[in-house]
Amino acid sequence: MKEFFNMGGYALYVWGSFGMTALLMIAEPILVRNKRKVTLQSVSRYVRSKSARQSINSSGEME
Amino acid sequence: MSSSRFNWFKFSSPATFYPLAGKLVPWITAVAVILIVVGLYMGFFVAPTDYKQGEGYRIIFVHVPASWMSMFIYLIMAFWAAMGLVFNTRISGMMVQALAPTGAMFTFLALWTGAFWGKPMWGTWWVWDARLTSELILFFLYIGYIALHSSIDDKRRADRASAILVLVGVVNIPIIYYSVKWWNTLHQGASVSVKSGSSMASVMLIAMLIMALGFWAYSIAVAFARVRSIILEREKDTRWVSELSEIKR
Repeated sequence: MKEFFNMGGYALYVWGSFGMTALLMIAEPILVRNKRKVTLQSVSRYVRSKSARQSINSSGEME
Repeated sequence: MSSSRFNWFKFSSPATFYPLAGKLVPWITAVAVILIVVGLYMGFFVAPTDYKQGEGYRIIFVHVPASWMSMFIYLIMAFWAAMGLVFNTRISGMMVQALAPTGAMFTFLALWTGAFWGKPMWGTWWVWDARLTSELILFFLYIGYIALHSSIDDKRRADRASAILVLVGVVNIPIIYYSVKWWNTLHQGASVSVKSGSSMASVMLIAMLIMALGFWAYSIAVAFARVRSIILEREKDTRWVSELSEIKR
């Protein structure tokens, strides 16, 4: 086990490479998922306020 | 509409592509996870120790796939950029926008893992040789695209302007690929080439190819997931977006 993590003396270089790759390839999907949550909130708020504005406008014209 | 011909442009409509991408993402993610787990297992436990570089060579299992992806993703961006300029389809610019961050990430990883491989084998983290420098230029092209696209408010105009940047930058890809042949570089020649096949042991090669396929699937999954947010944002004034169940709530 210890031998495996030692990587024949190349531990810093092997784990430095795999570590950074793992970090970024785990972080990116999390960022994309957060972005989707934020986008869903902002777009649905936008759509709701737009339809509210339109119904106020059309009821205003009725009078 | 003629029924005998399949209409490819149907899928270039954001309204059609949005739900399709949503259905595909979980499956492609599963494929990516399986391939990367198998690739890592083979890379660390099945592939033998290299007679020259010992265990240090195992960096190849992330370095080569990341470097390939950095170039592939740029080529796919250039393809979509050209499609956008020629056919003026809305989805093209969105695809370019969705691919750029992942491409930049893999370019950074290619440089990072290259540095961590160069230090023990060449004795230096960085040299200004042709392969490394052209890969660094690729990184700047991705950053330049992202900066240019985000600096223009009208997204359709941003698409066109940055498409030209992407297409001009595509000359850099053959320069990266052939740099080890054209110039005398510190970087070694290609491990796998179309003409002469592979110079690696077959277990090592298979492990590396599985990792590369896994990175492919990862890139597609992330780009599809990201393009869905981009579509929603840029199509928020359309009727189909306002009628989506996740928007109505």
